[in-house]
Amino acid sequence: MIRKWVSQFIRHIDSILLATVLTVLVVALMVLYSASGQSLAKVNAQLVNIVVMLGVMLLVANTQPQHIERIALPAYLFGLALLVAVALVGDISHGARRWLNLGVTKIQPSELMKLAVPIMLAWYFSKRETMLRTGDYIVAGVILLAPVLLIAKQPDLGTATLVFAAGFYVIFLAGLSWKFILGSAVAFGAALPILWSMLHDYQRRRVEILIDPSQDPLGAGYHIIQATIAIGSGGSTGKGWLNGTQSQLDFVPERTTDFIFAVFAEEFGLVGCSLLLLLFAIIIGRAFIIASQAKSTFARLLAGSIAATFFTYCFVNMGMVSGILPVVGIPLPLVSYGGTSLLTLGLSLGLLMSVQSHKRLVASD
Amino acid sequence: MGYSTELKNPQNEQHKFRVRLVFLVLMVLAAFSALLGRFYFLQVARYDYYQTLAENNRISIVPITPNRGLISDRNGIILAHNFFVYTLEITPAKTDDLQDTISELGRLVEISASDLKRFRKLRAQSHTFESIPIRTHLNEYEAAKFAVNRFRFPGVELKSRLFRHYPYGTLGTHGIGYISRINEHDLKQLKENNQLSNYKGTEHIGKAGVEQAYETELHGITGFQQVEIDADGRAVRVLSSASPTSGNNVVLSMDAKMQEIAEQEFAGRRGALVAIQPKTGEVLAMVSMPSFDANLFVDGIDFDNWNALNNSLDKPLINRALKGIYPPGSTFKPFVALAGLESGKRQPPFTISDPGFFTLPNSHHRYRDWKPSGHGSVDMRKAITVSCDTFFYGLAVELGIDRLTDFVRHFGFGEKTNIDIQGELSGLLPTPAWKQKRFKQPWYMGETVIVGIGQGYTLVTPMQLAYATATLANNGKAIQPHLVNAIVNANSSQVKQLPHRIADQLNLNADNLNIVKLGMLDVTRPGGTAAAVGANAGYDIAAKTGTAQVVGIKQNEKYNEKATAERHRDHAWFIAYAPAEDPKIAVAVIVENGGHGGSAAGPIARKVMDYYLLGKLPAPVDVPEASDSPITTMVEEEEHD
Repeated sequence: MIRKWVSQFIRHIDSILLATVLTVLVVALMVLYSASGQSLAKVNAQLVNIVVMLGVMLLVANTQPQHIERIALPAYLFGLALLVAVALVGDISHGARRWLNLGVTKIQPSELMKLAVPIMLAWYFSKRETMLRTGDYIVAGVILLAPVLLIAKQPDLGTATLVFAAGFYVIFLAGLSWKFILGSAVAFGAALPILWSMLHDYQRRRVEILIDPSQDPLGAGYHIIQATIAIGSGGSTGKGWLNGTQSQLDFVPERTTDFIFAVFAEEFGLVGCSLLLLLFAIIIGRAFIIASQAKSTFARLLAGSIAATFFTYCFVNMGMVSGILPVVGIPLPLVSYGGTSLLTLGLSLGLLMSVQSHKRLVASD
Repeated sequence: MGYSTELKNPQNEQHKFRVRLVFLVLMVLAAFSALLGRFYFLQVARYDYYQTLAENNRISIVPITPNRGLISDRNGIILAHNFFVYTLEITPAKTDDLQDTISELGRLVEISASDLKRFRKLRAQSHTFESIPIRTHLNEYEAAKFAVNRFRFPGVELKSRLFRHYPYGTLGTHGIGYISRINEHDLKQLKENNQLSNYKGTEHIGKAGVEQAYETELHGITGFQQVEIDADGRAVRVLSSASPTSGNNVVLSMDAKMQEIAEQEFAGRRGALVAIQPKTGEVLAMVSMPSFDANLFVDGIDFDNWNALNNSLDKPLINRALKGIYPPGSTFKPFVALAGLESGKRQPPFTISDPGFFTLPNSHHRYRDWKPSGHGSVDMRKAITVSCDTFFYGLAVELGIDRLTDFVRHFGFGEKTNIDIQGELSGLLPTPAWKQKRFKQPWYMGETVIVGIGQGYTLVTPMQLAYATATLANNGKAIQPHLVNAIVNANSSQVKQLPHRIADQLNLNADNLNIVKLGMLDVTRPGGTAAAVGANAGYDIAAKTGTAQVVGIKQNEKYNEKATAERHRDHAWFIAYAPAEDPKIAVAVIVENGGHGGSAAGPIARKVMDYYLLGKLPAPVDVPEASDSPITTMVEEEEHD
């Protein structure tokens, strides 16, 4: 009986996705052990996070996409309301208003929007029975920009960019005209100077130091310089697990969270980096395949967006740590220490599996 | 086609979706290729560069300062050594508020006004990231008190430092010298000599005397430790190390007891004394009075002490033995006498009848003898014994200035003795050529006259005069004077004796030499100018007295010793060697404004010779116990924390 129930429960799992994710997680735990100064406590804490993540993934994988469609609007509106609340009464920390104090716990509503926005947009596009018109894209644009602007105003440029990216992928996959995309790109380029003037000083400084980290080798540039040294000194085969001097001697900043990739790259070298890229590519590729095989508009838009967003996280984090993108403070998916990021990933992976497995069910019915 | 714009076509829609997906896949491939390229660039193309940076990050070279060599006297009495003291040091750049930090520290341990003054002075001279002592010589209690409160004081460190200490304080300071903190000038010097790396971690350098001249021997070789450090600069582990090599110990020719006796015999008067072994050139004593405490300079002299020393009329900081230049007065006469004998101008039985003055031909100017009534019939030997001015006036004129100076130059007049410490002056042996160059004036005969009695432009240092005396005692064989006898390797205890250098070798006629020596011997016998000095000595002393005029006396004016203001009184000179038949010691003494050489300077020389030749200690004299200083640990061996 239980066996049947269990088999019923796990048949929604996508084995390729799960195997790859688990491989990355094993590597991640090894790196975390090294990066945390061989702290088993930290590894155990992350293990708990992973268990929660896998549980959430399993639960969501068992949920039919139609049920998810139903919560799209409420979740979005709830998130938006929280963002407004943050803007009005949020707690200020490090000069930004990002947290909402609920008395018992603090939450960061912008995190919720990373999934709520693409789900909302996918739902919106799936509701349009007719061919999409310009008006639809304008509505979609409003749905996307309202939370993005609220988050950007906190200010939290990193999250705003990622929420924007997640939503934009949905709109792009829904068929936003190339003319509009190109036009916007040109317009954005033209507006760049104005945008520059609107940035906060610390954001401008980040960009300046990204372009030339040596401007501030002991201050803001220090992180990126030390991370770059860690990666470079890893060489082709790395210094070996637990042997990265930059990592073990504290030179790499934030080395269990945002900069954990520097630790990995130092200890495992170019060979390790290439293999990790390959694993990420497999996850992204598998997600794309799931999206391309999905039968409903909602499912394929959501899956496609999740795949592209996952890629964006990987690219932006590794690009930032290796010094080709600005330091925007986002974790490396599956590898960085932290429960929030893993929870969001569990949800995302669950959604992908749900789409994949329920497509099969629909097809076989 | 018409209706297809109205209603969705699932097949068409999926196709369009897949096209979009392909675009995203291409984007992923492009982005990951970019990352891979970046990784290749960092990890392969520029691997060496980043590898070096990583190594520089993690490896710190920590210098281990060698122990400075000890300085001892010829009998092994330690005159300069090292000991550990606690110091409280501030790195101004690392403090939040320097003023605050200092006043807070002041509540914990006593910080005096002079500590503060010294701190400010050192700060003005130092680099930003150097730590500067605010308090030195903390006792155990104070050190513990700070250690407990250390967390409250970022930028303040308690250090255990090896300090130089001169246990006898003022004794022989001008010869021993002292070390002090390395300043910009020293750094430049070290850089020029390629010594900078050996001085990493060293904070002091010899600034005067033997400490300065034998710096390379005393300093030793700095050791290094390769330490792995973390991002906060904390040492994680030692990778490799090279032990330092302690500096060599230096053994002086100086006899600390003799030095002490001589300094005491000055009894507060200003002046200098130099005692030399004639056959070796070893300097047994080099006194310059008043002296000063070398310990004041080690951790940076404070403002008040500096001002007191620097502004004192007595000029204690000047080494009179090497830098004090005085007219030699009558002590010059034995050398002029020898010139006269050697040149053949004055050979026995030449005598003059002294009327008490000398006049040049065709002139009425009277060059007076110190004895207005004259000395009667005077030959060479007597001329020296009674210091007959008239005799030497005539001799100088007959010799001529050039012949005179050419001869005495062999005894070191007008030239540096090349003693082994820095800073000596060469004095002055005037010649017509010199005067023409210096004053653009011709030489006058009258100037030659007074050179004969060591007055006029002639200037000597006490060291020069002692050297000349030693050379005379050594029958014209001049040995370069030196303060250091031997260098002792601190590790192997191997002794390296420094050679005695013959500076000049005069071939003097033994008979001539004998006349001068007998004349000098008579000086300390009844009838001589320093008969009292020789009384009951038990050994024969050959000597010569002299007075150096401070203020010129006008014609027909009588010099009155008592009426002249103390500082305008003549300087008293005394040179001697003994035992006369086999000289073991040659001495030159000057007592500034001391009046007559025989009575003021002579007794000091006698005490020194009594000690050296007879082992006699005047009065209750013993080399003092180490002065009251906070010495807790005496360190002779390698010890590092």
